[in-house]
Amino acid sequence: MPAVATDFETVIGLEVHCQLTTRSKMFCACSTDYAGAAPNTHVCPVCLGMPGVLPVINEQAIADIVMTGLALDCEITPFSKFDRKNYPYPDLMKGYQISQYDLPVCKGGSLEIQVEGHEPRRIGITRVHMEEDTARLLHRTDPVTGDGYSLVDVNRSGTPLMEIVSEPDMRTPAEAREYLVRLRQVLRYIGVSEANMEEGNFRCDANISLRPRGQAEFGTKVEIKNMNSFRAVHDALVFEEKRQAAALSAGEKLIQETRGWVDERNETVSQRSKEHANDYRYFPEPDLPPLRLSSAFVESVRARLPRLPAERKAELLDLGLSEHEAVTLSESRDRADYYDAVRAALTGGEPARAAKLAANWVLGEVLRWVNTTGRDIQDLPVTPDRLAELITMVGQGTVTAQAAKSVFETMAESGKTAADVVAEQGLAQISGSDELRDMVRAVIAANEKAVADYRAGKDSAIKFLIGQVMRETKGRANPALLQDLFTEELTEK
Amino acid sequence: MSLTSADVLHIARLARISLTDAEVDRFAAQLSGILDHFAALAAVPTAGIEPTAHPLPLSNVMRADEVASSLPLGDVLLNAPEREDGYFRVRAVLE
Repeated sequence: MPAVATDFETVIGLEVHCQLTTRSKMFCACSTDYAGAAPNTHVCPVCLGMPGVLPVINEQAIADIVMTGLALDCEITPFSKFDRKNYPYPDLMKGYQISQYDLPVCKGGSLEIQVEGHEPRRIGITRVHMEEDTARLLHRTDPVTGDGYSLVDVNRSGTPLMEIVSEPDMRTPAEAREYLVRLRQVLRYIGVSEANMEEGNFRCDANISLRPRGQAEFGTKVEIKNMNSFRAVHDALVFEEKRQAAALSAGEKLIQETRGWVDERNETVSQRSKEHANDYRYFPEPDLPPLRLSSAFVESVRARLPRLPAERKAELLDLGLSEHEAVTLSESRDRADYYDAVRAALTGGEPARAAKLAANWVLGEVLRWVNTTGRDIQDLPVTPDRLAELITMVGQGTVTAQAAKSVFETMAESGKTAADVVAEQGLAQISGSDELRDMVRAVIAANEKAVADYRAGKDSAIKFLIGQVMRETKGRANPALLQDLFTEELTEK
Repeated sequence: MSLTSADVLHIARLARISLTDAEVDRFAAQLSGILDHFAALAAVPTAGIEPTAHPLPLSNVMRADEVASSLPLGDVLLNAPEREDGYFRVRAVLE
């Protein structure tokens, strides 16, 4: 019996399909806003694949894929073209999909990932190419005959779809999951896709193989499909890792195949044998002239590229925040923007102190609100300026830190400013001279003896008078202001 | 270059058509003739010549990302042999 390796290295590469958020489809003017729409109501002769129609490229989709390529450190190909990928399946109305074969818009990039407790790693991006989404199929059974049949909804067909192909650089299911999390984060930061796996606008197929540790060449790979969440991708890879290791340890030979993840059964099962790439009979799409993306165009897109999560995180670390604080605050662009706006509005203090104060509030009360309400941070009625105002009031001793939390809650519920809430809840120092002057006059009128003492030169009598106002306002009156007001009122007479 | 019967059956399967034995023989000869023609083209020396994907001197033909109205559902399904609840109905598609 031949010796069988028992120590394997896992090799994983991921293919992500991601819908862009353009208003219209890739090659026609039908709306991409078909979620929840009746079937076949967002279609036209182009996306229905009628004979004689001509597709025209959506320029926004090209700008979006170029931005994606730049965000992933890809080279933007100066000359790119579309190709027909032929396969007969009812989800393709034309009998082919318009995709890109040998000249994708973007190639050769990378994305940094870091699994908790491990060193950061750069995962190679082989290419990002542009294609069109397919129609949606529903599988039904005829109640009379019991035969299966399918229903076709063409609404999704023709939606701009980017395929992002990674190098086989990941070594664990945890790295694969982390790669997806970071990729989704980048796509959302640059605003090209909603990148929501559960809603199907971010889909992932995984290639996984095992090889004896130390061996250079790859083992036989298996492609896994049908994973609808990050957890499913992770679990499917864990399952497949074990299945392949067991087979190889038993001296079995694996076959290159496509397997589907069955969530309920927590396992992968063999699917149809895949047609080979040359069976797709790719050829240049004759209906679409090629793309020549000038460096001026690429630079105009680069100029609009927002700061990316890695950069935002590094900035936060530079401000003196902890790794955890920096990661959490840079989680989404909205969150990072909100935080930066709060910090920027905290003027006049020590920058490091402002950074820390703003971080405490955003990671505390603000994220608590986001998590409890399930709403987006930009919907929070407490805008960054208003939060900064509240933080400043705490810093000036206008309200206590404890009271400020309840002030924040009221601000979030009512949409009022900190100053209004503090005033309404009677939490503020009273520093309005008009309000206090009335009280001062009333106290003077009611305390003839103390007033006479004061006028007779007994300065300490003013302290008694101030004390009367303090008692009335439960200690919220501004004592320095009261001193001035009493002096003024008593000397005028 | 001559195609075998197996090649022809493979191509027929990709095109989802069935062929009789006589057709397989006939198409094997005809398709081989087409390949011979391309072999003649392939023999032309092309070293140093840029590949041409498109014969027209056009590039970057694009449209603005603007929505226009789609077809009415009645027109969409007009040619459909079978329909159900606004969907096209087709034979079972098995993965």
